[in-house]
This record gives sequence, C-alpha cells and structure tokens, in this order.
Amino acid sequence: MGDQCGMTMTEHTLDAKEISSISGITMSPSRQYGQTTLHSSLSLHKSYSGFSPFCSEHSVTQCISYINQEACSLGLGTVCIDLCLGGEGLKAVPVLNLLYELLQINRRHQKAAEELETQQMKNSSDMEHLQHSHSRLKDQLEHTRRENSGLHEGERQLQLKIKTLQRCLKSEKEEVQKLQSIISSRASQYNHDAKRKERECAKLKERLNQLLVEKRDKKLAIEVSNPVGRSDGKRGLWKTGKMEARHEGEMYKALLNDYEARQRALMVENTELKKVLQQMKRDMVSILSPKKPQARGEASDDSLEQVCSDGEEEMCEASRECVEQSCEQAREKLTNSIRQQWRRLKCHMERLDSQASLVSAPDREGEGEELISRQVHEEEVLRMRLELQQCRDFIQTQQQLWQQLSSPCDDETAALLSGCYTLEEKERLKEEWRLFQEQKRNFEKERKSFTEAAIRLGHEKKAFEDDRATWLKNQFLTMTPFVDRKRPATLESHSTASSGAEAKMISTPVPPAKSVSYSAFTTPKTGSACVPSTVDLYRTLRLIPESSLRSQGRRGSRQDFSSLSRDLTKPRLHNGTADCSLLSLLKDVESPT
Amino acid sequence: MNFSELFKQTNQLCRLSPDGKYLVRGSSGSLLITVPPVLVPQVWSLEQPDWHCKIDEGSIGLVSSRWSPDGRHVLNTTEFHLRVTVWSLCNKSVSYIKYPKACQKGMDFSADGRYMALAERRECKDYISVFVCDDWHLLRHFETETQDLAGVEWSPNGCVLAVWDTCLEYKVLLYSLDGRLLSTYSAYEWSLGIKTIAWSPSSQFLAISSYDEKVRILNHITWKKIAEFEHPANISSTKAVVYREVEKCPVVVSEDLSSSQITVSSSLFNTQSKYEICQLPVQVAVLKPDPDRANPKVGVSLLAFSANSRYLATKNGEDNMPNNVWVWDMQKGGLQAVLEQTGPVRCFAWDPRRPRLALCTGNTKLYLWSPAGCVSVKVPVEGCFQVLSLLWHCSGDSLILLGKEQLCLCYMETEEQK
Repeated sequence: MGDQCGMTMTEHTLDAKEISSISGITMSPSRQYGQTTLHSSLSLHKSYSGFSPFCSEHSVTQCISYINQEACSLGLGTVCIDLCLGGEGLKAVPVLNLLYELLQINRRHQKAAEELETQQMKNSSDMEHLQHSHSRLKDQLEHTRRENSGLHEGERQLQLKIKTLQRCLKSEKEEVQKLQSIISSRASQYNHDAKRKERECAKLKERLNQLLVEKRDKKLAIEVSNPVGRSDGKRGLWKTGKMEARHEGEMYKALLNDYEARQRALMVENTELKKVLQQMKRDMVSILSPKKPQARGEASDDSLEQVCSDGEEEMCEASRECVEQSCEQAREKLTNSIRQQWRRLKCHMERLDSQASLVSAPDREGEGEELISRQVHEEEVLRMRLELQQCRDFIQTQQQLWQQLSSPCDDETAALLSGCYTLEEKERLKEEWRLFQEQKRNFEKERKSFTEAAIRLGHEKKAFEDDRATWLKNQFLTMTPFVDRKRPATLESHSTASSGAEAKMISTPVPPAKSVSYSAFTTPKTGSACVPSTVDLYRTLRLIPESSLRSQGRRGSRQDFSSLSRDLTKPRLHNGTADCSLLSLLKDVESPT
Repeated sequence: MNFSELFKQTNQLCRLSPDGKYLVRGSSGSLLITVPPVLVPQVWSLEQPDWHCKIDEGSIGLVSSRWSPDGRHVLNTTEFHLRVTVWSLCNKSVSYIKYPKACQKGMDFSADGRYMALAERRECKDYISVFVCDDWHLLRHFETETQDLAGVEWSPNGCVLAVWDTCLEYKVLLYSLDGRLLSTYSAYEWSLGIKTIAWSPSSQFLAISSYDEKVRILNHITWKKIAEFEHPANISSTKAVVYREVEKCPVVVSEDLSSSQITVSSSLFNTQSKYEICQLPVQVAVLKPDPDRANPKVGVSLLAFSANSRYLATKNGEDNMPNNVWVWDMQKGGLQAVLEQTGPVRCFAWDPRRPRLALCTGNTKLYLWSPAGCVSVKVPVEGCFQVLSLLWHCSGDSLILLGKEQLCLCYMETEEQK
C-alpha cells in the first residue's frame, strides 16, 4: 500500500498550489479542521457545492493521489483509495475506511479541542483567581508594612520617653542625694550645737552649785592707784536727757551726712548718664535724618521724616528741660523718646536689611518702593562699576609703563653696573696697555737699532772680509825676503794705530785710521812671520780690560770695533777660538749701548 | 626690706595700739591686758608708769577683756557670757550689759569708735543694742530677723550694720545706724550658709563668703548681688595670673644682707623658693574634708579687701584648697591672680596704704603679692623662725611677723628712704 502511495506520490506529485488552483481550497488542512467542527462535513459539502469542486472527472487520479498523500501524512497510510477496476468510480471499501478513519480523527480532534477549551477556561479562571489573591495579598502586605512602621514609630517615641524619664529619675536622685547631704550636715550641726549648749548648761549648773556652796561673795571693785586727772581739770559728766538728745542728734547727723554724700555721688552719676543718653539721641537723630533727601515718597521715608521732625522737636524740648532742674517728667520723656528712636532705628535697619535681600533676588517684582530703591541701587552699582573699570585701566597702564621702563632699564643698568664694576679694571688695563705700548715701542726701536747695527755689522764684516782678503792678497803678494824689524813695532804701531785714540800705546804719530790700517797692513806684510805675543794678542782682542776703552765715544768704539774685528781675524789664522771671543767681545760692545 | 631681731612674745598676742605708736606684746613685763582665763585684769600706763589699775570681777571669771576705741574703758565679758561689764578708767564708773550673745562676732565697734553694736539674745530671740561709746548710752535696741545671729559688723563709714545669721541659714540683714532694716539678702536655702563677711574700706561693697566655696558681693546702693566669685578646682578661662611657689636649691649670696637696700619688687634677696607663672589651665590641689562633721572646713574662710577697695583676697577652705590665695579685681569683676604655695596658707593681710598683700604659710618665708608681681622672702634670722601670722603697721611701712615664741619686724623700703 505504501509503495502504491509512494508510487502514486511519485507519479502524481502535486504541488499544493496546483491543488489549491484546482480546487480553490487553501492548503491548511489542520486549520480547516480546527475551524470547522461538527459542521465540517456540512460545510465541506456546502463548500463543495459553493466552491469549485475539488475533484472533477478529469482530475480523479490526481485527486486520488493527493488524498492518498494526505492520508499518509495523517498516519492513515494503510488505507488507500483506489480506482475501481475499469476506472469508473472508486473502490468503495477503502474510501469508506478512509472516511471512517477521518471521521474518527475528527472526533478525536474535537474531543481534544473540547478538552483544551475546558482546560483553557479552567486556567483562565485559575489565573483570575490567582491575580485576585495576589492583589489581595499585596494589599495585605502594604497594610502590614504600614502597621509595622507605625509600631516602630511608637516604639521610638516610647524609647525617647524612657530616656527622658530616666534622666528625670537621675536628676531627681541627685537632688534627693543633695538634700540628704544637706539634711545630714544640718543634723550634725544641730547636734553639735545642742551638745555645746548642753555642755554649757552643765558648766553653768556646776558653777551655780559652786557659788551656792561658796556663798561668800567678793565685792566687785575697781582699784585705781595714782589716778590721773584730766589735763583740763574737768570731771566726767552725768548722764542726762540732754546727753541723750545730743547723742541722737549726732547719730542722725552722721546718717544724714552719709546719705547726702551718697546722693551727691548719685547725682553726678545721673547727670553723666543723662549726658550720654542725650548724646545717643542726637546721634540717632543724625543717623536717621540724612535719609530725607534720598528717598522719594516712600512710606518708610514718611515715617523717617516724622522721626526726624520728632527727634528735633524732642531735642529742643529735652534741652529746655535740661536747663531746668531734672524732674521726673523730663527724665521719663527723655527715656521714652530714646526708646522710640531706638525702635524706629531698629525698624529702619530691619527694612534696610529686607530691602537688601530683595534686591539681591532680582526676579521679584517689587512694589513701587522696591523699584525706586533698586534704581538708586543700580545707579550706585553702575557708578561703582565705572570707577572700578577706571581703576583697572589705570592699573593696566601703570603696569605697561612699568614694564617698558623696566625692560630697557635692565640692559642699561646691567651695562652701567657692569661698567661701574669694571671701570677700575679698565683704567688699570688702559694704563698697562699704555705702558705696554710704550715698551713695545721701545722694543721696536731697540730692535730696529739692533737690526741696523746687525746690518751694519754685516756690512762691516763684509768690508772686513774684503779688506782681509785684499790684505792677505797683498801679504801674499808682498811676501818678500826682506824682513823688516819694524814689524813688531809696526805691529805695535799698527795695534796702537788701530786702537786709534789710545794715546798710551801710540808711540808713533797716528795717521787717520783707515790709512793707518792700510799702512799697518802694508807694514806687517814685510814681517808676517813674526808672531805677536800673547799679551799683545789679548790686548788687541781687548780681553785684558783697558780702562781707556769705555771713555771713548761711539765712533771710537765703532772704530775700535772695526779695527778689533780686523785684528781678531789675524789671530784666527793661528787659532780657532777667535770666533767665540769675537762673539763675546761683540756682546760686550753691544751691552753698554 | 630690713628685718629686725627677734623679740619674745607668747600665744600670738600682739596688738598695735590704735595710733600705731605702741605694740602690745603678750609677755611678762610689758603693757598687758589679759590672757584668758585670768580673773584679774591689770592695766598699766606707758606714759605714767606709776599709774596702775586692777579690776576685780569677783568670783566670776572672764572670757575676754578688751579696750574701748578711745582707750578709756575696759570691757570685760564674763564667763558663760552672763554679762559685759564696762569699766571706766577715768571715773571708775561701771556699766553692765546683760545677755550678751556668745557667737562668732557678737560685739563690734564702728570705725570712728563712736558706736558699739552688741548682739543679745533674750527668750530665744536676737536683739542688737547700739551704744554710744562716750558714755555708754544705749542709743538703739531692736530685734533682728535672724534665727540665730552669728555676727555683726559695722561698715567703715559707720552708717550701716551688717548682721548675719548662723551657718544653717544663709541670711544677711543690713540695718542703718538708727536701727531701720535696710535690706535682706539670702542666696540659697538649706545648704550651709555664710562663713564670714567683709566690708570694703570705701563701704561700697559687702563681700559674703559661704560654705559653697563662693563669695558674693553686694553693692551699697541697692544691696543686691553684683558679683559672684567662684573657686573652681580647674582654672581655665580667665585672664588671671597663676603664681606657683617652686622650691629651688639654696643660692649662695655674697652680699651683706644687713646693708642691702632692696625694694619689694626686686627679688635679689637670698630666696630659696621663687614664684613661677603657670600657664592656664591650672589644676588646683583639692582635699575633700569630711562633710559630715559640724562646721566643716570647706568654704571660703578668709576674706579681706585691699585698702583702696580694688582687690579682694580670699582663701577657699581650711582644708579643701589650703595652699591657694585668690586675688580678685573688683574693677574688672574677675579673678586677678592665684597664688599657690607649697604649704597651707595661715594668714594674709593687706597693706593699709597700698595694694600689697603679705601672706605666710608657717615656714620661714614671707610672701608678698602686688599687681606688679609676687616675691618670696626668707626671714634672715638664726634658728628656726616660723612665720605663723603677720600684722601690718598702720603706715604700711613695716610688718610684724609672729612666730611661735618670737616676733620679728620687717621694714619695707619707702620712697623717702631710697
């Protein structure tokens, strides 16, 4: 059967839409079932009659397959309708079975629906019931809560009461204790006094007994030995009524004096206080009166004016009264007027305070008084703001100026300061610089002179070399066998001649230096073989200090120098130490310059 | 300050004559009145050494004997206060006054010496008799509204008589000279009341000290309380200066004591203790005496005004604050200074001229307080001289220090001597 169904299904798999298009019935069989209950068959019938039929002659197989499909889906797969043999109508048995099954299903579903309905009704009623109970319980809860808070409140108050009662109890106890202590101290005092009195009584009794026993009474007497009379000889007076009256009089006089003194002091105090009060009143009047010109038609101002006028009137009155002696009424008037003034002042101050508070709350639309006062207030505020701004600007300009002054000032001052501090050093440096420059100049000069001298020396050296060369040449050329004994003398003369101005050494007449040197040169040519003595050499070399050397002038020294250089070359021929000595001599020559 | 040598005296009986010329010492051989209980008082004259007087009261003994202010009468109070006998030394006349009251201060002479007030008690009622001292004429006699009168005191101007009740009842009554009741004052009920009172020398204030450790000041115009001075154990919120005596090691002084002319304000003297100023708050040492005894030793016991009425010195209790002296300024109405000594204060007295307070605590030192400061001076005598009480000379230039059996005079530096 299933295969059949399956086969039919596969063969005729109808789409729901196709079915619905065929039959015009929507594809929700379950809903259909739900909606149509007992009248389902009827309605089907009706619908069948009303709507386009599900099955027509042509679509039988399709319908059959479809119905089989549906049956399968419903779980009635065992029943399958089939066409009769011959294809003309359906097999009645499966159809009927199917119908029957469907009816069963329908009935079951209906039952279930009924059950569900009843269940739902039950549930809804339960729900209602629960809601009701819930709300009831809520109310109950609220109620109990309120009760609880009320009870708490009551408890708290009771606790407070307890505390106060405890405090009262404590204070009462303390008082009781105090009273007890007082009682005890009083009791002890009474006892003490009673005992004392008893003791005294006992003593009295004893004394009385003693006296009764003694009986003998000594006479009371006063003995005065060597009495001294009064200086003025008068005696004591008897007590008479006049005396008594005098005493009374004296007593009253004393009392009266005391009272008068006291009254005087009080009067003085009184006048002082009155003056103070007057002053106060005057001050109060003056405080209240300046309000007159400022306020305009304010109710309070009227009262103030009244106050001022009253004050002035009263002042005049009071002054008049003052002139007269202080009488009760004047005093009362004064105090009353002062009280009045004070009250008015207080009212005025209160009003001012309230006005100030009102002004500070600007959203209030005040009465005429408020507006007026606010205007005044605002004017004042504007004025003050303007002043404030002016002041601020002023301060700013001042600041700027200050900054201007301070910034360049700083450099200048710094420079100045630094200048001040280094002035001394600068001057010192200048001085030193000057000295330095001078010294430098001097050194330059010296250097110049030295260079000149060196140049000259060079020149002279050169000249000397030339001369030497020529002299050597001459000597060589004039080397003849004629030996001249004049040579040492000539040498000497040469040396002396070369010394020039040396008068001591010169034995022969002194020709001019150059010519002498020439001649001197020439003469030794003849006797060059003769070696001068060491002393002569030294003398020539000026190694032996000769006193006459220094006394010569520069020219002479120069000449000596040149001649010396010439002389010195001679011994050079013989020993090599001449250079050093020449140098040392040069130094010596240089130094005195 | 110069100190004299020690003189002998007995029983602290030392009185200055009213004009300050003579000092009476209780010692044999000098002008002596009586040492109770002696039956026969004797009087000698200083200027007339031959004059001698003996008064015999008979078999009855005497409780006390005193001079009248004019020095011409002697008042003897007999035993049990049976009567007061007035003996005139000039005309040998006798007057009797019956039923004098035995109380704290039953008899008082006015400052000018003209009147005498005497408390009497007859038939369980208190009376006051005012006598004229010239001839002992009874000027006024009136009943007082007291339960048990404890004392009378004249105001310094002699016009008001203050009368106070027993300590079981706090009540002060003020009577004028002619016996009219001017005013009554009662601070509280039931607790123990007045210990003593003191008038200011200007008669402006009446200070009442009581067992509740307070002093109340009444003014003379309205007789209402104008100030109440407390003596708390914890001094904290005042502008007062608290001086504490501190013992220090002995300082060796090389100067010659007898030649040193030192003013009171400097303390170069060889002191072995000095005052130091304590910072507030200060705790005062308090002892709790037994309150159940009669006449408990609590409450302000000593009270004295300075000569210019500006300062009031008080001592709170014989036992509860024994080491402290409190000085109050009447002008400011508050505490001026508190002096805390190392021992219990025995006696203090104001200089009759200047605001200077001298006090002693039974040791060898003399303490002086003035608004400028405090100084402690050791009495420079050999041996152990304990200063038990002191008296000022009426000129304020010298002090008499009384010891157990000796007395010493202390000369203060005055402006002229410098």
